[in-house]
Amino acid sequence: MTSHRLPTGGRLDRSRRVEFSFDGKQLAGHPGDTLASALLANGQRLMARSFKYHRPRGVVTAGSAEPNALMTIGREGRTEPNTRATMVELYQGLEAHSQNRWPSLDHDIGALNGLLSRFLGAGFYYKTFMWPASFWEKVYEPIIRRAAGLGRATTLQDPDRYEKTWAHCDLLVIGAGAAGLAAALTAARAGASVVLADEGMELGGGLLSDPAAWPQLTEILAELATLNVRLLPRTTVFGWYDGNVFGAVERVQKHLAAPSPDAPVERLWRIAARQAVLATGAEERPQVFAGNDIPGIMTASATASYLHRQAVAPGQRTTILTQGPAGFALAAQMEALGLEVAALVSLGDGPSWQGKAPLIRGIPGKAIGGKSLKALQIEGGARIEADAIAMSGGFSPVIHLACHRGTRPVWSDARQAFLAPVEQEGLLIAGAAAGLSGHAACLGDGAARATAALARIGLRATPAFGPAPEDTIAQPPLGALGKTKGKKFVDYQNDVHARDLILAAAEGYADAELAKRYTTSGMATDQGKLGNINAAAILAKARGTTIAEVGLTTFRPFYTPVSFGALAGTSRGHDFQPVRRSPLHGWAESLGAEFVETGLWYRSAWFPRAGETGWRQSVDREVLTVRRAAGLCDVSTLGKIEIFGADAAEFLNRIYSNGFAKLPVGRARYGLMLREDGFIYDDGTTSRLGEDHFYMTTTTALAAGVMTHLEFCAQALWPDLDVRLASATDQWAQMAVAGPMARQILQRIVDTDLSNEAFPFMAAREVPLKCGITGRLFRISFSGELAYELAVPAGYGEAVAAAIMTAGAPEGICAYGSEALAVLRIEKGHVTHAEINGTVVPADLGMGKMVSTVKPDFIGKHLLDREGLTDPARPQLVGVVPLDPAMPLRTGSHVLAKGAEATLENDQGYLTSSAHSPHLGHSIALALVAGGSQRHGEEVVVWDGLNDAAIPARLTSPVFIDPKNEKLHA
Amino acid sequence: MASLIPCPHCGPRPKEEFTVRGAALPRPAPNAPVAEWQAHVYLRENPRGDYAEHWHHSGGCRRWLVVNRNTATHAVHSVTDAAGERP
Ligand SMILES: [Zn+2]
Repeated sequence: MTSHRLPTGGRLDRSRRVEFSFDGKQLAGHPGDTLASALLANGQRLMARSFKYHRPRGVVTAGSAEPNALMTIGREGRTEPNTRATMVELYQGLEAHSQNRWPSLDHDIGALNGLLSRFLGAGFYYKTFMWPASFWEKVYEPIIRRAAGLGRATTLQDPDRYEKTWAHCDLLVIGAGAAGLAAALTAARAGASVVLADEGMELGGGLLSDPAAWPQLTEILAELATLNVRLLPRTTVFGWYDGNVFGAVERVQKHLAAPSPDAPVERLWRIAARQAVLATGAEERPQVFAGNDIPGIMTASATASYLHRQAVAPGQRTTILTQGPAGFALAAQMEALGLEVAALVSLGDGPSWQGKAPLIRGIPGKAIGGKSLKALQIEGGARIEADAIAMSGGFSPVIHLACHRGTRPVWSDARQAFLAPVEQEGLLIAGAAAGLSGHAACLGDGAARATAALARIGLRATPAFGPAPEDTIAQPPLGALGKTKGKKFVDYQNDVHARDLILAAAEGYADAELAKRYTTSGMATDQGKLGNINAAAILAKARGTTIAEVGLTTFRPFYTPVSFGALAGTSRGHDFQPVRRSPLHGWAESLGAEFVETGLWYRSAWFPRAGETGWRQSVDREVLTVRRAAGLCDVSTLGKIEIFGADAAEFLNRIYSNGFAKLPVGRARYGLMLREDGFIYDDGTTSRLGEDHFYMTTTTALAAGVMTHLEFCAQALWPDLDVRLASATDQWAQMAVAGPMARQILQRIVDTDLSNEAFPFMAAREVPLKCGITGRLFRISFSGELAYELAVPAGYGEAVAAAIMTAGAPEGICAYGSEALAVLRIEKGHVTHAEINGTVVPADLGMGKMVSTVKPDFIGKHLLDREGLTDPARPQLVGVVPLDPAMPLRTGSHVLAKGAEATLENDQGYLTSSAHSPHLGHSIALALVAGGSQRHGEEVVVWDGLNDAAIPARLTSPVFIDPKNEKLHA
Repeated sequence: MASLIPCPHCGPRPKEEFTVRGAALPRPAPNAPVAEWQAHVYLRENPRGDYAEHWHHSGGCRRWLVVNRNTATHAVHSVTDAAGERP
């Protein structure tokens, strides 16, 4: 046991024990512990195996940038892989498991990867891909995927709730350290509405690691609690977006042993802020030296955090490596606590040092140890026995959010860091995030920036703290590397070491973006928060250029990983999308319908009856009943649009390719709607119910699209036309009554003469029903039978449908669903979007005559005559029948000339729709086949690649029943 | 993640309520040469900078609007009804 809990101190509740387990081992900590601090307090330094080489790893930070201590937390549906132990608050019963090791963390066979490391270096993926492809798929991929990886996601359902919400404020303060607290206090005292968010479990940031600052922290938090400030601890602001909207995720109950089902575990915030102060502090950089990843080595600020917040000493003898003043301060604090500092090793000048530990000017050569640190060899100097190293390579201001909207970071030689412009529209940067150091300086800066931010929106504030000088000295330049051999890790999480980067630079990938892809440096869950700056320094040196020249990779949301649960919010399972039910849903249900999802709709697909053993049997019966007697089908899901206005007829004339201006009142017409490029967009029937009133039906799929299209035409193209549109899809229940007995059945319901003379084919008008309501009746047919569509106000739909079924009982009327409807229309050669697939023009479907040659203008007219669209060899609609009636034709099969090989060049088209025709007793299909309209009668082969079948077939007319339309007009 | 579009009819509304169609181009005259129609349907400027687009307030007043915005900064300069100065 090398780490341990100090007898006093910390921000812990020592009166309570919190039990947890790590890899099945029962351990305990206290409230106030993170998983990482509790493991350290228990002497558990080995927490993970590295990604590629399976090297033993411990924590290197105490915060959200942690690259090493990634664990799988929780069990069953709550299992969460790749969780940073540094960000997990300890709770009773927490189960944590290490990852990427087998059979155990202590004895990991994958560590052999380290021996193969010269094959796993920079550009490994690139180079391996160049080897024979079969090697990649069969040899490398399976081995590497198993050996290198992170945790595994669970496939079980997450039992917890998530939600999304909005917040609006005058000032959003991101980060509750010295600068953020001062900013929030300044703004709140001025009466501004303030949101203060911090990713930590406690507000305070760096102040939490400084016991001397705790009384002041307590005072500030107490005052904030009395003001108009929304305090959001455990809330990571992960992105800055247009309109000064910030995205944040609040971990509401992730730290609780038993989350309440009445609250979400995570809440996604969208915060619309008039102004924001970014006070995200700075990230301490590791130093780059051989063996710098051995458990026991962490940053100086992490050491201070564990020491002061959780009273955990990182070791018995600590060596401090510092580049700048941070290590000096830590050394003094540790000695004041009576902890042994083995040596203070400083690169470059530091403040004066009066402590007990020897001060050594130099750089680290190599850390010695395996699963735990034993000693440090100074480059060209002494060997220092130590079981812990606290290292500081200077600080990188956390400027990610300030760069999310396109601002590029700027290198500062004085600070040896990339900075973002402090003043941006809607956002100011304060404190350590702006490069400052020292609590007093940060308090003063935060207050000043908040005052400036409020002035931008016309609010006057008085800074809560005055300006104060920084307590820093110049940073020594980055990039010094020792000559001692060994892996000097730059990106711990991706196992990228200095030599990988030097190799990348030598191979021409020195640019930050290229090096990231070539070496994987800066990828994965931490996105190089610790390592990117050191990588840039090494690349710059290798290329003989400046860090500014190499640059950083682009900062993009998310700052830290955000769970899918938080992003999905309540949109999951049943609530993923709305369910649309037809007004006749209950009627169909009462008849035992099977439903099929069509977009958001649930359509009745078929109506099984007792004794029927499969869907085909039900569908065949329904089809035959319609052809022989009558059937009723729910067609309410069709789009319905009411069109009014003095220019409504002219409007439709420009919308459809065929003429509508002269459609008489009381008549319906089938119309083709084109896109401006000439291809068919949608089809449907539109009826003229009055001089200035039309009723349009669209396909189910494009109901919303057609409405939008009509609105565009009416508002943007032809605003001078007097036309008004209203979607009425949900207002009408619409049912098709089809079959030779349809008329006599409907006549018992409808109180008007339905004789052929009084109500001929394509008649359309309002009709009184015998029950006293008014409906709309259309004599149109999709099935090819004598047929009507009756629309009634939605609330009457089920009653009218039931009444028709009762009235038709003597004739044996049946309900039929969308499957039978499909069979009926294929038999009749009617098209749907299976044929209108975005690549067909009217002539392809044999509807060339529906393109008006007299109208001066309609949508799609002007590009329809292009050479490619009039080519007689274009795919055209045909029917297909198998030569052997027992052979099934399947949709998607391709058409080949007889004897032709199944190659792309020989492809002549494909089957767009197919069905078993109970009427004909064999399979039939519609197809789009090259020059098909001239090839009726030709024998071809239908090639079904999925079933490895080649079926001899014949091209035919697409109309399989009643080609003379005698039934329609009966 | 979000930004507000000032609809001339509804006021500032989140962009999720809108549907973007693309460049707001005048439709050629019916007797315009095919080349002009071809350009209208297929050719786009794709500028980095100011751009006028047709947006539909599909989750609001259902009016078609002309949104003038900057494709690089996403700043919205003006939003007008696509029908122009029509009462
Ligand atoms: Zn609107």
